[in-house]
Amino acid sequence: MTLREKLSSGKFVVTAEVGPAKGVDTHEFLENVELLKNRVDAINCTDQQSAVMRLGSLAGCYLIKQKGGEPIFQMTCRDRNRIALQSDLLNAYVLGIENVLCLTGDFVTLGDHPDAKPVFDLDSVSLLYAARQLEQGKDLAGKELTGSPKFFLGACVTPGAEPLEPQLLKMERKVKAGAQFFQTQAVYEPKKFETFMKEAKKFGVPVLVGIVLLRSAAMARFMNKNVAGIHVPDELIAEMDKAENKLQKGIEIAARLIKEMKDMCQGVHIMAIGLESKVPAILDAAGL
Amino acid sequence: MIVSQLKPLQEILGYLQGERKVFLVGCKGCAEVCHTGDEAQVLDMKNKLEQEGKAVTGYCVVDFLCDKALVKIRLLAHQDEIQAADSLLVMTCGIGVQAVAAVVDKLVHPAANTVNMGGSRGEWRGSERCRECGDCVLDLTAGVCPLTACTKGLLNGPCGGAKDGRCEVEPEVRECGWHLIYERLRKLGRLDKMTGLPVLKDYRRMMPPKEIRSTIIWALEQQETKV
Repeated sequence: MTLREKLSSGKFVVTAEVGPAKGVDTHEFLENVELLKNRVDAINCTDQQSAVMRLGSLAGCYLIKQKGGEPIFQMTCRDRNRIALQSDLLNAYVLGIENVLCLTGDFVTLGDHPDAKPVFDLDSVSLLYAARQLEQGKDLAGKELTGSPKFFLGACVTPGAEPLEPQLLKMERKVKAGAQFFQTQAVYEPKKFETFMKEAKKFGVPVLVGIVLLRSAAMARFMNKNVAGIHVPDELIAEMDKAENKLQKGIEIAARLIKEMKDMCQGVHIMAIGLESKVPAILDAAGL
Repeated sequence: MIVSQLKPLQEILGYLQGERKVFLVGCKGCAEVCHTGDEAQVLDMKNKLEQEGKAVTGYCVVDFLCDKALVKIRLLAHQDEIQAADSLLVMTCGIGVQAVAAVVDKLVHPAANTVNMGGSRGEWRGSERCRECGDCVLDLTAGVCPLTACTKGLLNGPCGGAKDGRCEVEPEVRECGWHLIYERLRKLGRLDKMTGLPVLKDYRRMMPPKEIRSTIIWALEQQETKV
């Protein structure tokens, strides 16, 4: 079953992300895919995450597909103009990739090529719209296509943003533009997520709650200070501080968060950021 | 000089849809030279809008609309007329529109597109406020320019990269432009403007039109070489 079919059947869905290497050694990437492909419903491949130049998402998704996994093609608008973005959507389709996560992308100065020209010709909303146009047999210039693609379009939302309202307004705009599912930024506060879901429910699109695996208290403090929309509460940081086996504690916390939020949404999206091999352990502990 | 061109009347009427009363603002600076916002143009616009069934509560032509302090003083004299209006239509460059939006708690519509600044940057830090995109979107964003106020120049709402109303790229110097837009639209009760159809930009319009390129800057350079 595809991700689309699973979500429409009402199954609680599990996705996890993998990041390609900075270089052409795909060994570890493929190992992670092998490990995850039968354990999760779909695998996201990040698109030069944090604006760091590396092997691309399209090639990564193709490799996932070859290995028998269900890929989610993450696309950002930072590096390509509307011509390249539309072309890559077509490229994805002919390679058998249906799921696309449409993102705006981190700004270039946050990455390893801060001197690059930022593009942002389109953004997450207009990229969704472009994909929808292509499905209808036309490109953004209104020109007819020879054969049109079909996608399952996703987008991102930040449930922990303060204030929350601008995020909800943008979510509404994304749904109107074509978003059919959402994967969220990392959530550590189930109460906040509950408030978010009460509002987000009205859009009638499935939401997969984002979980980032904690590996230390320092990592939590770093995210609190530097990553917009992520807030790890003090109790969790204290728990990490006290734990002898930090990674084990991180897995335990991730599993607990999943259990607490499972009934509020339609799925979970796990971002292990380099510790993909621990995803099965999180799922085991969460009873998934 | 900041070069602006009036938008088509239909586009302006689109902005005023659902509104009946409007206050007009013009400028005796560059907009007078370009004939977008001098007194004659303002009166002409008044006539056109009245023919379309709109009521013009009043108008004001400020010496330099890009001088925010001056705008505040001049508009103060028209307080009642502005209060009586649903919105303001500003017939100048993008900086003028933003200056008016910054001092008045009303929705502000741009009547012109800023096509090229021809050297001048205005009195109110123009280079950071208007990108001369030739297709002014300030109507959708409560008079805060998303091209200059948002680091990424996003047109369809905030990204996930804002924390406490500051942009994550340079939090010490940059507010999140979309946070400003959101706050202003919320205050004006017009958050519906943040959920409309996707906005795409025609980047051709960012290039100065050929007539301008070859008259103002190019022609001056040619003159110099001839002398």
